[in-house]
Amino acid sequence: MNMFIRIIAYILLAPIVGGLLEGIDRKISARMQRRVGPPILQPFYDVIKLFKKQVISVTTGQSFLLITYLILMIVTGIMFYGGTDILMCFFVMSTAATFLYFASVVSSSPYATIGSHRELIQMMSYEPAVLLACVGFYLATGTFNVSEIAQSQISNIAYLPGFFVAFVFILTIKMRKSPFDTSTSHHMHQELVKGITTEMGAQNLAIFQITEWYENVFLMGVIGLFIVNSNPISIAVAVAVVLVTYFLEILIDNTSARVKYELMLKMSWMVTLFSAGVNLLVLMLVQRGGA
Amino acid sequence: MMIIPFLILFPFVVAALMFAIRPNKIRNGVAYVSAAVIIGAVIYLAVSWLLAGAQVQTYFVDTHIADKVILAAEVILMLVVTFLCFKHRKYWISLLTIIPTCMMVYLELYGPKTESFSHIYIDHLSILMCLIVGIIGGLIIVYAVGYMHGYHHHHTDIPDRRYYFFMLLFLFLGAMFGFVLSENLLWIDFFWELTSICSFLLIGYTKEQVAVTNSFRALWMNLLGGTALAVGIMYFAYTGQNYSLHELVRAGVEGNVFAVIPVALIAFAALTKAAQLPFSTWLIGAMVAPTPSSALLHSATMVKAGIYVLFRLAPAMQGNLTGYMIALIGGFTFFVTSVIAIAQSDGKKVLAFSTISNLGLMVACAGVGRPETIWAGVFLMIFHAISKSLLFQDVGATENSLHSRDVEDMHGLLYLLPKLAIFMFIGIVGMFLAPFGMLIAKWSALKAAVDSSNIILVIFICFGSATTSFYWSKWLGKIISHSHMTGEPFKDITKKNEMISLSIHAALMILLCVLFPLLSKVYVSPLLMEMFGTATDVLPAGVLYTLVAVIVLVFAVPVFSYLFSRNVKTNVKLSYMNGINVGDNKSFTDSFGDPKRLWLSNYYFHKMIGQRKLMVPVQLIATATLLVMMIMIIGGAI
Repeated sequence: MNMFIRIIAYILLAPIVGGLLEGIDRKISARMQRRVGPPILQPFYDVIKLFKKQVISVTTGQSFLLITYLILMIVTGIMFYGGTDILMCFFVMSTAATFLYFASVVSSSPYATIGSHRELIQMMSYEPAVLLACVGFYLATGTFNVSEIAQSQISNIAYLPGFFVAFVFILTIKMRKSPFDTSTSHHMHQELVKGITTEMGAQNLAIFQITEWYENVFLMGVIGLFIVNSNPISIAVAVAVVLVTYFLEILIDNTSARVKYELMLKMSWMVTLFSAGVNLLVLMLVQRGGA
Repeated sequence: MMIIPFLILFPFVVAALMFAIRPNKIRNGVAYVSAAVIIGAVIYLAVSWLLAGAQVQTYFVDTHIADKVILAAEVILMLVVTFLCFKHRKYWISLLTIIPTCMMVYLELYGPKTESFSHIYIDHLSILMCLIVGIIGGLIIVYAVGYMHGYHHHHTDIPDRRYYFFMLLFLFLGAMFGFVLSENLLWIDFFWELTSICSFLLIGYTKEQVAVTNSFRALWMNLLGGTALAVGIMYFAYTGQNYSLHELVRAGVEGNVFAVIPVALIAFAALTKAAQLPFSTWLIGAMVAPTPSSALLHSATMVKAGIYVLFRLAPAMQGNLTGYMIALIGGFTFFVTSVIAIAQSDGKKVLAFSTISNLGLMVACAGVGRPETIWAGVFLMIFHAISKSLLFQDVGATENSLHSRDVEDMHGLLYLLPKLAIFMFIGIVGMFLAPFGMLIAKWSALKAAVDSSNIILVIFICFGSATTSFYWSKWLGKIISHSHMTGEPFKDITKKNEMISLSIHAALMILLCVLFPLLSKVYVSPLLMEMFGTATDVLPAGVLYTLVAVIVLVFAVPVFSYLFSRNVKTNVKLSYMNGINVGDNKSFTDSFGDPKRLWLSNYYFHKMIGQRKLMVPVQLIATATLLVMMIMIIGGAI
């Protein structure tokens, strides 16, 4: 029963929470740049307006690929908040991400194609850390099952600090925030030409936007999973940590310049290897010693 | 069970017929019928065995005549290879066939006499191998009839020796059946050598300089493995007083010291056959041969023989140094070759590297040697056999129509050659996208690697899965992108028989995706039961249901969203080109004000991770690892 409430709450609330997060994101970013910034509800106004516009697209095939992207991403969240296998969640997420790539590359538009190829590189950069995070949870708790992981005695971050660092690092890539936003911009008029979304307009762009909200809420849930334990108070702590992490992402976004994909790949893999890898080594040694 | 000798001998008879019948039409007819008979025979074997209760069965205890025939055939093989080595002045390679053959002859005539045992052994694994070899191999022959016709039509400079080509294909199938059904190590050695030599002859089919060079590379690498196999068999014959494969595995499981060295040597031999680093180059070189032979080598036969042996040995490798070595080499190969695959734009080369990479994952699964990894490995093997055979045939057919097999030229293939593009899509998606082959394999391999504290393997799998997704996704993207080709449309000249084979493969692939939970329950779990003696539920029910749900979703969602979005009114406009569009999406205005063709290309990073740059260093690393670990294993056991 509890599970269904969580799932329904995710389906209904995730876009609202995600949209609010984006609104706050834009507000804080604006303040960091000494601008007033748009109202916090601006993302919702944008999406509503996008839905009202005439659908203009380079190819008709795009919208079904984007809808698939949206649905698979919602499924990812449902699986996660429903408490199933975390590795499976990420496998479905990567399938969803592949559909986003298809939706962009199908247009054969030069800017969209470059953006989508860079998105592929971004995917390659973050995937090892994501899989390793799942391995970390498994090592710490002996299960891949999200609801069992959430019932641990102690917050898992106590065992998994390295995995947490690696995950937060690749979160910047996953959320396409500077300095790792190569896939969304490579043009001086960034507001007009945004890499992977170049050829998405009207309803299609709105779907993309909503999917992003779902995705962010899912990713924040994973961050929370590092904190949550059997004690209900930990949920409040988890929310606080999620907010701090999100603020950190905004701060990084606004204080760093975009790097080239080579550097992004090298950095993310190095951080994954040394942070998560060393954590993995220590955990395995400790477990072997304990057993 | 007379079907078993029939299954082994029939392809040899057909091979002789293929060589004897010179008119193409008659030979093609015989080839079709024989392929159908082989497919029918394996299905009959599998069904009758399953209906009989799917028990382990052994046959043929007294085989004096067969032993002598095999001995004679082995000597003949040695003479043929030695002759070819001298003809092409690769004298030293002949040693690799003379030495093991002499050892086998000596063993057969003067070796320790043991109590008699069955020579044929049937269980879930061997039946599964028979099904793969028979069905995929048979379909490849059907495809080959059409393909080779077109091949010699286009390549008039290559002498038409189709009688020889088809002889080799059938010989290959016969050898594979013999290999997977035999229990006697001496027989296994013979069939092993036969597959090595068949692949050598197939690779050299065109007689071009590069083909000859590559064929000899394949020969020496595989014969080196064969030599290790022969040494292992001889050692076991004297120390264990036995020639039975299952006795060897049993001795290994029981922890007998005398089994350590043979298991390590045979596992080493399997690495050469499965084209693991440092022996990967022979399989890459094998693509100079006509496509059907690559399909056969990569999917159904040659490389799967190595995997089969490793699966057989897996219980004896669990948790010891040999298993660690195999898992390490497999994981390393999985990661490194998937990186090199990114840098390839030749479709066949991508397939070749991905084969090696996937084999690496299977090898790693076998090396860990736990029930769940064998479960994953078996599924990976089935998925891979179908998918790779489909993809090779498809790339071959695409090359005939498109006059190129470069992935870059496949831009917009969905609109140029829709049927072939869809088959290609199915083949690729079946291999890596959730929830298919790779995914379940990754899931259980990761779990088992963590359970067995194999940290290096965990890291290889995590990184390798990222690179694997990369090279497949970018190929898929190429296929579905809107075409920027101009000029004459391409004509699909794929022959009917090629289409039949492709369609059956695609249907099998989809069927497998849908039915795999059933297959797991009915077939693969009993297989593990036989192998490990314990029933383990590899996939927890929760995961299984999730998987089934995901399977349904991944099929259903695109269909429904397609139906949903079909009626959305879309105003189709030109793509964004900074305002310098020419009027279509195929060109833009250049700095002289003239229209310039638009050409979109993928990332390859040739200079960073090309084959030339990476291959030699990783071969050295793998060789060093293998050498050190083999010395440790052998030194520890003496």
